[in-house]
Amino acid sequence: MTTTTAPDLGKERGGIGLRVSSALWRRPWARATILLTPPLAWFILVYLAALVVLLITAFWQINPFTENIVRVWNVGNFTQILTTSAYRGVIVRTVGMAAVVTVVDAIVAFPFAYYMARIASRRTRTALFVAILMPLWASYLAKVYSWLLIFTHGGLLDWTLGHLGLGQVHLIYTNWAVFTVFAYIWLPFMIIPVYAALERIPGSQLEASQDLGARTWMTTRKIIIPLALPGIVAGSIFTFSLTLGDYITPLLVGGTSANFMGNIIYTNIGTANNVPFAAAMAMVPIVIMAVYLLSARALGALEAV
Amino acid sequence: MTKRAVRRWSRGTKAALVLASAAVITAGCGSSGSGSTGSVGGQSGGPGLTVPTANLPVLQKIGKGEGKLNLIAWEGYLQPEWVKPFEQQTGCQVNAKYAGSSDEMVALMKNGGGGQYDMVSSSGDADLRILYAGDARPVNINLIPSWKDFFPAFQSPSFNTINGVHYGVSLQWGPNVLMYSKKAFSTPPTSWSVIYDSKYKGQVTVPDNPIQIADAALYLEKHQPSLKITDPYELTQPQLQAAVSLLAKQRPLIEKYWGLASQEIFDFKNGNATLGAGWPYQVSALKADKFDIGDTIPSEGATGWADTWMLAAKAPDINCAYMWMRYISTPKVQAEQAVNYGETPDNKLACSYMDKIQAGSCDQYHANAPLSYFKSIALWKTPLATCDNGKPDCMPYSEWVSAWNTEVK
Repeated sequence: MTTTTAPDLGKERGGIGLRVSSALWRRPWARATILLTPPLAWFILVYLAALVVLLITAFWQINPFTENIVRVWNVGNFTQILTTSAYRGVIVRTVGMAAVVTVVDAIVAFPFAYYMARIASRRTRTALFVAILMPLWASYLAKVYSWLLIFTHGGLLDWTLGHLGLGQVHLIYTNWAVFTVFAYIWLPFMIIPVYAALERIPGSQLEASQDLGARTWMTTRKIIIPLALPGIVAGSIFTFSLTLGDYITPLLVGGTSANFMGNIIYTNIGTANNVPFAAAMAMVPIVIMAVYLLSARALGALEAV
Repeated sequence: MTKRAVRRWSRGTKAALVLASAAVITAGCGSSGSGSTGSVGGQSGGPGLTVPTANLPVLQKIGKGEGKLNLIAWEGYLQPEWVKPFEQQTGCQVNAKYAGSSDEMVALMKNGGGGQYDMVSSSGDADLRILYAGDARPVNINLIPSWKDFFPAFQSPSFNTINGVHYGVSLQWGPNVLMYSKKAFSTPPTSWSVIYDSKYKGQVTVPDNPIQIADAALYLEKHQPSLKITDPYELTQPQLQAAVSLLAKQRPLIEKYWGLASQEIFDFKNGNATLGAGWPYQVSALKADKFDIGDTIPSEGATGWADTWMLAAKAPDINCAYMWMRYISTPKVQAEQAVNYGETPDNKLACSYMDKIQAGSCDQYHANAPLSYFKSIALWKTPLATCDNGKPDCMPYSEWVSAWNTEVK
């Protein structure tokens, strides 16, 4: 290191350095501690500390009149969420929406990803990649607003249906509109992991399956889908959790039944100024995701991720 | 934020999961361990309540300006037309922070404006919450000469003056109007009953705001006298329940609860809504876009807002703040803002200036309207647990919020 400029000092330092490194070599735990401390400290301070603060806040209340936070420990917020039928309805609606969006995205993404990974030529594959990734570069709001213009009365959708003589559907401000926009916006997050999983299946396994007499459907069912499952699960974590937390799409294209968990959190922070209740509500998607990930792990779906 | 967090989460799924559950456990321990550190008692609002800042000394003489002024305002309230001349006259540089709702203003004013903000142009439904939280400070009204030219109703209104102590100076006011597409209505509607009429299913748009309960209460005050509603902001449990049921019945008719003024403008323009409740701001914006919009104050009257420039408890630029209150109350500036925004000035001398800016605008914005017009508008105020008659029978605003979120929507 510094040997060239100051040989004597360097020798001495080298001696210390050597001693330190040999001490570390003898104690792997010390080595691991030094290596892991900076990233762990970062993770704990920035990510976990915020979560812990959120969790603690959930056990406080606000003064209903001045809206100052009252730091008295209680579970009132959680009781309110669990005992109010409107909030239970919101949770069920949100989880249902996330589940349907995930399933539909998986069904749409699978053949698409399969074509990309195993059938398309190199050039087509690149073109498809660009087509998938391009919307991710565009602003989220621009995409939602373009759907608003498609769904609005006399918008592109109704105009087209009208000209085909099929009548009009008036999808704007319905949960159908919310579903469509979610499924559209999160689709790339499903396609990419499924593609990655399908691409990694060795061709020899498919050949072996066919050699042993399995037809296309049998090969798909017994070989391709099981091997693609980790990719589907990884994609579903994205689509499911992104839908659980989103509030902008329901706010913009949703109607009177478009109250989702994100919207409850948003209105409690933004308009009711009830941060403790919002924090308690924010715990619900965290718990749901924890259960989701645990059951995915129990099914062995995370092994290859 | 969510998106990024989730992405980070799934990258190291297992590790994150372990750590997340650790976080759950940690917080659980924390909550049972540390006990109560409560600082604020269960105030409920009303005569028993005192303003924590009531005894703070007021400024006796406006001194040299601090060179800057940080204001929280409604969008449209700090237009260069009247802010620029103020800056030139006083050397106080105005920095604007725009807020979208009364509740956001309350949140920004927390901790006396945090030593950052000097004033807020809040509405009557937020004022009491701000001043009872100790976030506003008394104002020496004698330092604001134009105040004596205000309509009496706005000199010491109950929403910014408590026990004779002023916590700001009134600004402007206006109604929440019934808006209708003239294409859909050949004769203008004369009653709010149209927005509760199943004939217009899927064509109605109203604000996504708990204070909307007062609109229903105002309607019931006239149409169901047996409820004995006298003030749409002072509702007992059964009265609140009746208003909430009316809104729950209205829900299937609603095309959209609008959160932003721009949303309502979009829905009228695109024909998603033909009928709704809104502000004069949306009406003038739609008219400017050549949309055939009509607006009226129906026979039942209307709710409305009255804004106040309130002084933050920890205002760092107090001299500039007083200069601003003095300036914004003068008839000419009052007229400029009224015409620009489409609202009614509090200074009765503003009328002639308004007509100079835009002929007929004094009439149009009711700046010379008789007291009966003023009385037909039920101005927003914070619903408190204690009614004006001193009885603790009224439902506080928090009940309104939870009824709006769980029973209406």
